[in-house]
Amino acid sequence: MTNTKPLLKIRDLQVDGISDETRSRIINKVSLDLYPGEVLGLIGESGAGKSTLGLAGMGFTRDGCEIVGGSIEFDGIDLVNSTVEKRRQLLGSRIAYVAQSAAASFNPSHKIINQHTEAPVFHRKFSRIDAETDAINLYRRLRLPQPEMIGFRYPHQLSGGQLQRAMTAMAMSCRPDLIIFDEPTTALDVTTQIEVLSAIRDIVEQFSTAAIYITHDLAVVAQMADRIKVLLRGDEVEENTTRAMLKSPRESYTKSLWAVRSFERKQKPPAKTGATPVISLKNVTAAYAMNDPVVCDVSFDIHAGRTVAVVGESGSGKSTTARCITGLLPPLTGSISFDGTALQPDYRQRSNEQLRQMQMIYQMADTALNPRKKIGEIIGRPVEFYLGLTGREKRRRVEELLAQIELEPTEFVDRYPAEISGGQKQRIGIARALAAEPKFIICDEVTSALDQLVAEGILRLLTDLQDKMQLSFMLITHDLSTVRAIADEVVVMKDGLVVESGPKNDMFKPPHHAYTDLLLSSVPNMDPDWLDNLLASRGVDNIGDAAIEKMNEN
Amino acid sequence: MTWTSGFIWMVSIIAMSLFLRPIGRRVPIAPIQHACTGMSLGGAFGYSIAIAIIYLMCWLYFVKELIFFQWFVQGVIGLGIAGYLFRLAGQHFGTDGSRKMFRQMPVTAALGIIIIIGYAIMSIFADWLAPYGQAEIFAKVNVLPGGNPDLGGDPAHLLGTDQIGRDLLSRLIYGGQNTVGIAFITTCLAFLIGTFFGFLAAALGGWFDQALSRIVDMLMSIPQLIFALLLMTIASAWAGSEKWLLTIYMILIIAVLDATRVFRLSRAVGMNIVVMDFFEAAKLRGEKMPYLIFNEILPNAFAPLLAEFGLRFCFVFLTIASLSFLGVGIQPPLADWGTMVKDLAQFINFAVFSPLTAALPLMAASAIALLTVAVNFVVDWVLHRTSGLRE
Repeated sequence: MTNTKPLLKIRDLQVDGISDETRSRIINKVSLDLYPGEVLGLIGESGAGKSTLGLAGMGFTRDGCEIVGGSIEFDGIDLVNSTVEKRRQLLGSRIAYVAQSAAASFNPSHKIINQHTEAPVFHRKFSRIDAETDAINLYRRLRLPQPEMIGFRYPHQLSGGQLQRAMTAMAMSCRPDLIIFDEPTTALDVTTQIEVLSAIRDIVEQFSTAAIYITHDLAVVAQMADRIKVLLRGDEVEENTTRAMLKSPRESYTKSLWAVRSFERKQKPPAKTGATPVISLKNVTAAYAMNDPVVCDVSFDIHAGRTVAVVGESGSGKSTTARCITGLLPPLTGSISFDGTALQPDYRQRSNEQLRQMQMIYQMADTALNPRKKIGEIIGRPVEFYLGLTGREKRRRVEELLAQIELEPTEFVDRYPAEISGGQKQRIGIARALAAEPKFIICDEVTSALDQLVAEGILRLLTDLQDKMQLSFMLITHDLSTVRAIADEVVVMKDGLVVESGPKNDMFKPPHHAYTDLLLSSVPNMDPDWLDNLLASRGVDNIGDAAIEKMNEN
Repeated sequence: MTWTSGFIWMVSIIAMSLFLRPIGRRVPIAPIQHACTGMSLGGAFGYSIAIAIIYLMCWLYFVKELIFFQWFVQGVIGLGIAGYLFRLAGQHFGTDGSRKMFRQMPVTAALGIIIIIGYAIMSIFADWLAPYGQAEIFAKVNVLPGGNPDLGGDPAHLLGTDQIGRDLLSRLIYGGQNTVGIAFITTCLAFLIGTFFGFLAAALGGWFDQALSRIVDMLMSIPQLIFALLLMTIASAWAGSEKWLLTIYMILIIAVLDATRVFRLSRAVGMNIVVMDFFEAAKLRGEKMPYLIFNEILPNAFAPLLAEFGLRFCFVFLTIASLSFLGVGIQPPLADWGTMVKDLAQFINFAVFSPLTAALPLMAASAIALLTVAVNFVVDWVLHRTSGLRE
């Protein structure tokens, strides 16, 4: 490799972000070399500058960012000082970009294939007819269903995983030398993710395209990259080949990233038979529209001081079950009881005392906190509302709660949600739930929007609080490593039905229901050969959506 | 301009678009060089047309007959400088926060603010500022503006007098008080009604929302000005000889009609907020409707509503002026800009012989135009700052 010329050469790159009249360094003297046909993984937590560095590889910066130093050379062409026109000739034709959210990146009012052919026709690589033939060919290679037809649909008619593959095909349309993948699978379910991963890896290998793969998921990058570069707040931490990096990380930061996955709490002994469960669902069926039940005949119990994880892909009815418990969606049939007494199906008919006992922590902390209220008011309101504390007592209680979630009270009380980080927002969400002094908390995907290090902190906090206060959790998640970390019991849902349920340790041991098996096997491992081994054992047609379709046929 | 000169113009614009880029690249100013290297032929053509238009305007400025165009250009340049100076002042005085606000403010917004402040001062202190009363009648009628006796003016009446001898400067100032003041009250009332019901409809949903929305649809389906005219005719029959009562009726009628638009907006904004998780959390906490509306929805809807307030104010203001122009709005002897335009409208016919005479109705009209433009400048800026409606 060393004797060839690098395709992309970045030297001492410095990028500044300008917001609100203050400058901050986003990338601080980072250098990288990328050789033809090589895949480089960029990892780091959010705010590490991975996306900025990836975009800089195209000579592009987002609004409010500015390259202030260093050089970027693509195949001998200086991208920092070249004209807009010159860069425009490169982008799309020799450098392509695959965005995180394919659903948001496709134009919803044009057919997929028309968007696909735009770049090759514009750059005069292919005629429109040839480009269409080529698109169908690429769709086939990416194993999209019905490759001849799928391009003639509109983006909303495809699933998230299919769109992400279509976007990869689009990036390939001009046979670029370099593709930048910006978290292409972060928004997908595990079962779908694996399909996209194997498709992307295949096609990159087939055309020997160089790629920069940006992600915060180590296990994913281990499958995809030849080399890995770790970034921390704009600085390079270390760079090495994937295998060497996984085997022996040098820096302590890298080691801490690696260690996250090992957090696991012991399973608690099952509750005594005959004990009254905190929450008990019996044959709950619920629907948004008549005759189209989203949740069918669901029953499970949650005991005091236990965590029950409800697992399943998106659309499986996990969140709908939670809405039934909170009373936002009154179930059609079945009953929900709290501490042995039946609850009114509609939350408006429940007493304040019942509402207080049951709290919720949301997935998106951004929308879960009122952006126009200070932290002190957000946490103070339930204190005032349920416990009737005002003035100094309320203030004292708020400070206590902030201390409980490991945030410095005096520093945070007067801030607005926009002024704190994602992990801190999630902690505030937890504090708001705790402020009501509940018995039972529903955690709806609380860690899925967070980085692994931050997520681990949140999980540890939740387990500590549970032990201190004998809280019961219902943990909704699609991430099995979260389940492994803190759950006591697991309920697996698919298409609104409970497929399997039981204690955690039994879950991770065979035999499984076919769907549980698929879920378990789809979680990426840190082993760089994991994807190869999995594909060898299951076959390409037996993963992701394809496997689920087969399951439905049987 | 004959067709030959038009042809010459076209050819020269095309030629300029061809040579613009090579010349621009040799200009020793970095931004121009950079712009010219990245420019397409179409872009160069556009710039060429812009240069031609600027040239044409410079030429027109020195044509003697076009005195209104000269006034217009002078006005625009003068106001631009005023806005720039105001912004400069704001950057050097005041608190850190206000200085920062002025640094990020475009000149247009500064100009808008300064004009609005000017109007506000003029309306509030009309009693002290106006040289005469709004209904005072003088012996001299049809005095021309300018105050120069040689041109038919009178130093005692700077902006002249109307057909029955009322001082126009005083009427213009009092007209501001009446028109702007009534428009402000009406808009506030429209917002009180509109946002309250809009948020309630968004939060409650169901049949309440449906019933209210259909009533609003019904009201909106009738052309607003004609509906207002119709209602005003009925109201004038009720009011009888009590002229002041008619003004109250007008405020109520316009407020209700404009509240329908506010209802639509606040309902839409409210709908986006009630689906947020923090609203759900508040509902599940067992909060009552007043808390939900005033503490959860209102603070988050403030920015788009503020922008709408500015726009709505312009529309209300124009509606009042139109109604007055049609004779059913603010009643004489109260001064009002719409009525002034109506009363003096015939003088526009003299524009060719005597620009000063024609300026009489234009003064009131441009007072309306200036305020509308100023409010829109500020609204644009507020919208951009909060980005509440940007997407």
